[in-house]
Amino acid sequence: MIRWFRTARAALLLTALAPLAAEAQSLSTEDCLACHGDAGLTHADGRSLAVDPGKFAGSIHGAFACVDCHMDLSATVDLPHPEQLARVSCAMCHDGVVTAFEKSIHAAARNGDPQSPAASCVDCHGSHDIRPSTDSASRTYHLNLPDTCGHCHGSPDIIERGHIEIGDVMSLYVDSIHGRALTRSGLVVAPNCADCHGSHDILRLKDPESHVFRANVPATCGRCHQGLLHEFAESVHGEALSAGNPTAPACHDCHTAHDIQRAETVTWRLDVIRECGTCHTESIRTYRDTFHGQVTSLGFVRVAACADCHTSHQIFPTRDERSSVGATRLVSTCQRCHPRAGENFVKFDPHADKENRTRNPFLYHAGRFMYSLLFFVFGFFGVHTGLWFLGEIRERRRRGNGRPRS
Amino acid sequence: MTSERHDATTGEADGPRHILRFDRYDRFLHSFLMLSFLGLAGTGLPLLFSEMRWARVLARLWGGFVVAGVLHRLFAIILIAVFTLHLWRLLRRLFVQKDLSILWGPASMVPQPRDVIEMMQHFRWFFGLGPRPPFDHFTYWEKFDYWAVFWGMGIIGGSGFLLWFPEVFSAFLPGWMFNVAMLVHGEEALLAVGFIFTIHFFNGHLRPDKFPMDLVIFTGRVEAEEFAHERPAEYERLLAAGAYDAHLTTPPSLRARRIGRIAGTLTVTVGLALVVLILYAFFS
Repeated sequence: MIRWFRTARAALLLTALAPLAAEAQSLSTEDCLACHGDAGLTHADGRSLAVDPGKFAGSIHGAFACVDCHMDLSATVDLPHPEQLARVSCAMCHDGVVTAFEKSIHAAARNGDPQSPAASCVDCHGSHDIRPSTDSASRTYHLNLPDTCGHCHGSPDIIERGHIEIGDVMSLYVDSIHGRALTRSGLVVAPNCADCHGSHDILRLKDPESHVFRANVPATCGRCHQGLLHEFAESVHGEALSAGNPTAPACHDCHTAHDIQRAETVTWRLDVIRECGTCHTESIRTYRDTFHGQVTSLGFVRVAACADCHTSHQIFPTRDERSSVGATRLVSTCQRCHPRAGENFVKFDPHADKENRTRNPFLYHAGRFMYSLLFFVFGFFGVHTGLWFLGEIRERRRRGNGRPRS
Repeated sequence: MTSERHDATTGEADGPRHILRFDRYDRFLHSFLMLSFLGLAGTGLPLLFSEMRWARVLARLWGGFVVAGVLHRLFAIILIAVFTLHLWRLLRRLFVQKDLSILWGPASMVPQPRDVIEMMQHFRWFFGLGPRPPFDHFTYWEKFDYWAVFWGMGIIGGSGFLLWFPEVFSAFLPGWMFNVAMLVHGEEALLAVGFIFTIHFFNGHLRPDKFPMDLVIFTGRVEAEEFAHERPAEYERLLAAGAYDAHLTTPPSLRARRIGRIAGTLTVTVGLALVVLILYAFFS
């Protein structure tokens, strides 16, 4: 619909401008290409001034005359024209997207610093060879966009010059599940950069309007992961996040932003335990005291990790009847791995704290007892052994180093 | 057992005279005790120190935690078999051979007042304040080692079974028992491993009088002179009873000494390496 409207508007503009151009006898595309069609045409400083006639003709703007964009030459008839031309204003036709762009992080970077390498229209779209994003040869075609963004966001030089804090996200993205699906499997349904960040309206992470602002992340991810969005929104994390709790996790806190892994991979299943543990410090400490926690710490995933008991997205407080570890569902949750688990079995405390006398009195006292036992045994025999050693040394000296015989 | 003793009266001509301290049965059991204990320590410690890099390496060396878990249970079965065979022998001596000397007296493992006295005397000797105590067949530290195994078998074995079959035991045991089982299994293991690989090794092998190794547990034989020096009470007792000669035996064979040296060196090395790893974990 919008596309049709734009085409129509461009056509109207053309018809409106046509008599004007004819009247003024302005330069035709052929006139321009007579010089600029020469692939060897360069500026005094070495920049190429060539325009590939074929590419221009094939571009979405191929039907326009050069002077429709390079308007400062629309009245020129004498050639060669002045060297310095005005910057082409895309906003003349694309006012909506340019308005959006003007608010973006790219425009802000450019406004603050004229030398900034931050992207303008041509950096992403090209200039004379712009093709519609539906065209597989376009820089903004779904499968090509990561390369286009990566031209800067994967370039160490530009990252440094542009002070891009997040660094080389391109290399993370291509190894992520999204990046692999798009670049290796060629899936057009896999998200590219713009699917999460938007295109013209990319805002700072801290901007509440940004697609990737903490509180907006679930909605952004949920555009594709609709089933999970619903589950997450109801969960204790989702509710806290939407209530504005700054410590509540959004999708990327567990999954990362650019380095998202398949949930089945061993590395992810082990990493996410640590992710949970960055907030739930007590829970991970007590988890590491259990067989489950020790085995995962050793690097094996055959035992329960956090999500195996708590689920990944439908996490609720234990008092909530929807909770997988609440009183009503605990037996069935444990039974997923321990088929014969019963009421006694689930009284095992998978987060028991041997230091916590109120929560785990038996464990606390067992712990005290064992520590005392270890202390006294090693204490007594440590001293005993030390003294014995000294005694035998003394005895040997007295006997003149010989092995003692009766 | 008897055959080893009678050999002595016929065929010894070369080498010093020896006393038989451990017969084949006990040597056999102790070698499997060593094997299973090392195996249990090697397969179990990675879990206890799972956050250490060496634990991950060790777990992978076994072929992953599943394999390590299977081996741990296999070693446990071996250890239980050793323990059962030992108990079986004790019961036979008690009820079939009517040998009540294992219940009380110098040849018994049961702690007795003399053990307290000998320990005090030993401490006096440490400081050079008195003579070495007249030890008999079993010293107080040997009794401690022996009963520590009984205690350990009960604690580690019991908790181990709970952790092995939680679903079965939870049918009649409360859930907190499994938390306690998890804790004491690990802590008692630490105690056992730490004790055996430091104190027991020192007492048996590494103290100056025994360094580098006492082969008696492998060959079963102790030189008669050394025996008389170490256990004067037993020596005097056997002489007085006219039973000394019956305890004499052939010198240990070269083969037995070789096997003993290799097995002993390996065990002490592996054990001390594990102690170093444990200490490293504690101080890092």
